[in-house]
Formats: sequence, structure tokens, C-alpha cells
Amino acid sequence: MIEQLLFWVFAILTCGGAIAVVATQNVVRMAFWLVVSLGSVAALFFLLHADFLGAAQLLIYVGGTVVLLVFGVMLTASGPTVQIKTSPAEAFLGAGVGLLLLFVLMFSIRSVVWGDLEGRLTGRALSPAVADYQKARSLESDVDHAADPAAKAQADEALAKTAARNQSGRTVRQLGLSFFGLRPDQDLNRPAGGALAPGFLLPFEIVSIHLLVVLVGAAYLARAKRKVVPGSQADL
Amino acid sequence: MGDVGLEAYLMVGAVLFVCGVVCMATKRNGIGVLMGVELVLNGANVNFVAFSRYTPLGLDGQATALFVIVLAAAEAAVALAIALNYYNNHLTIDVDRGSELQG
Repeated sequence: MIEQLLFWVFAILTCGGAIAVVATQNVVRMAFWLVVSLGSVAALFFLLHADFLGAAQLLIYVGGTVVLLVFGVMLTASGPTVQIKTSPAEAFLGAGVGLLLLFVLMFSIRSVVWGDLEGRLTGRALSPAVADYQKARSLESDVDHAADPAAKAQADEALAKTAARNQSGRTVRQLGLSFFGLRPDQDLNRPAGGALAPGFLLPFEIVSIHLLVVLVGAAYLARAKRKVVPGSQADL
Repeated sequence: MGDVGLEAYLMVGAVLFVCGVVCMATKRNGIGVLMGVELVLNGANVNFVAFSRYTPLGLDGQATALFVIVLAAAEAAVALAIALNYYNNHLTIDVDRGSELQG
């Protein structure tokens, strides 16, 4: 029950922060509501048992990207009297289109039966980690539906054992291994000597080169311009 | 053990996505447009992690979400540099005045 309560608190904070970002005209307040929304998304990640991802969201987004945006707000301030406002007609039109889009998305989410997704997604036999997960899910429903206390205690114990084996939530080691190209959660049911499940080594290298190029490019774009003197060799 | 389920997370992601799109479309401040992009990327991230938790796909969703976070940080850095250049040339950050942008 505490999980549901926390989910609703952070879901409302996330959606409310996002709506406040859209509704506010002041850029600094928009940055504040963005911090609220992104921080609550990090809390949702923790609730989804993605602990490393939640920490990365807090560090990179809330600690890095938003600070960068606030610096951008400071460097591009156009005086206290000048306010860049959205015209009411545009705001009305945007709200209408947004509500229609939201309606379409909600309708399609509701109309898909997500329950039979698990059998349809993977045609192959389930790996042990996934089997553990599904067993834990069925055990959870056993715990919920057990009538007498003895059966409930037994189901509780079985659930605790499975959950300990499942290591649900400790994703740091698994994510790190998958960035080396190893997939401990997928390789277990492959025959020995067969092809490894594809990891994320190549995307990891590509994204690191991409970050380097982006940093060089950003420094080049934002550098202080010097006057170009014709005939001088000092300028590149 | 209450379980929230996949649909609730998908709806949070949908709300974030729609807010981001509306923010990108209606804001005239360039930094506001960047904030809309961040909201859209976060909506996608919520979906990725929710599918990673509630389907047998395992860690794929979390790894992809990590890449999305890194790419969003890179995108913010470059877009901010461009916005600063734009401000240096036009003395405003109003994107409606950018119709005469040229190399």
C-alpha cells in the first residue's frame, strides 16, 4: 500500500510540475517547476526498482542540465521590463491540441491489453531471471489471496526466498556488465558456446565519442568572438 | 504488496510528453522550448523504465533510458550554445524573431 501511496504522490508532483512549466510565463519559475517534475520522475524510477537510473537522473538532469538551463536564463535575460509572452490565441490553440493529443494517448493506452504482453514479446523460452520474476508475481498474488494465516505465512516465506534470489532493484552491477557487452540476465539459458546476447558495448562507445564531440562543438559555438583583422595571421 | 501496474506509469509518461509538446509549440522563449524538449525526453524515459520493469525484456529499457539521459545532457549543452549565439546576434531570445537566421 505504501508503494501505491508514494506512486500517487510522485505522479501528481510529476504531472503538476510539467503542467506548471507549460502554464508559467516567467522563465525562472519554469526552471523551478522543471526541477520539481524531474526530481519526481527520479522518485518514480526508484519506485520502478531502477535505482541506478534514479540516481543518474538526479545527478545529470537535476544537478546538471537544469543548472545549465538556469545559466542560459541568466545569460539571455532581456531586461526586467521585457517579457516574452505567448499570445492568448496561441495558448488556447496549444491547450486544445494538447488536450486532444492527451485524449488520443490515454485512449490507446486503455485499449491495449497489457496482460498478455509477456507471452507475445518473447517467442523463446523464458530466461531464469524472467521466470523468477514471474514466479515472484504469482507468489505475490498468492500472498494477497491466501485466506488462512498458515498458508499466508508459507506463501510469504516463499516470496521472500524468490525475491532474495531475484535481487530486484540492484541494477548497478547488471547495467555495468551490460555496458561491457555481457548480459547476465539474458545469457543464462543460451547453450554454452552459442552467440552471446548483444550487450551495449558499441552504443556505449558511440555515446562517449558523441559526448566528446558535443563538448568540443559547444565550446566552439559559445567561444568569445574576436574581431577579424584583415591580413593578420593570428586569427584562425 | 500493492502493485501499481504498467498503465499508470504509461499515463504519467503520456502527460509528460503532451506537456513537453505544448511547451515546445507555444513558448516564444528559446530556453522554454529547451525545457519542453527535456519534458518530452523524460516522458519517453518513464515509458522505457516502466516497460523494463513490467515486461520480460529485462534491462534493455533501463540501458536505453541511460543513453537517453546522456544524449539529453549533450543536446542541452549544444542547444544552449546556439541560444547564446542567437542572443549575441539578435539581443533577444524570442524565437519568433529568428526568421532571418543565416550561417
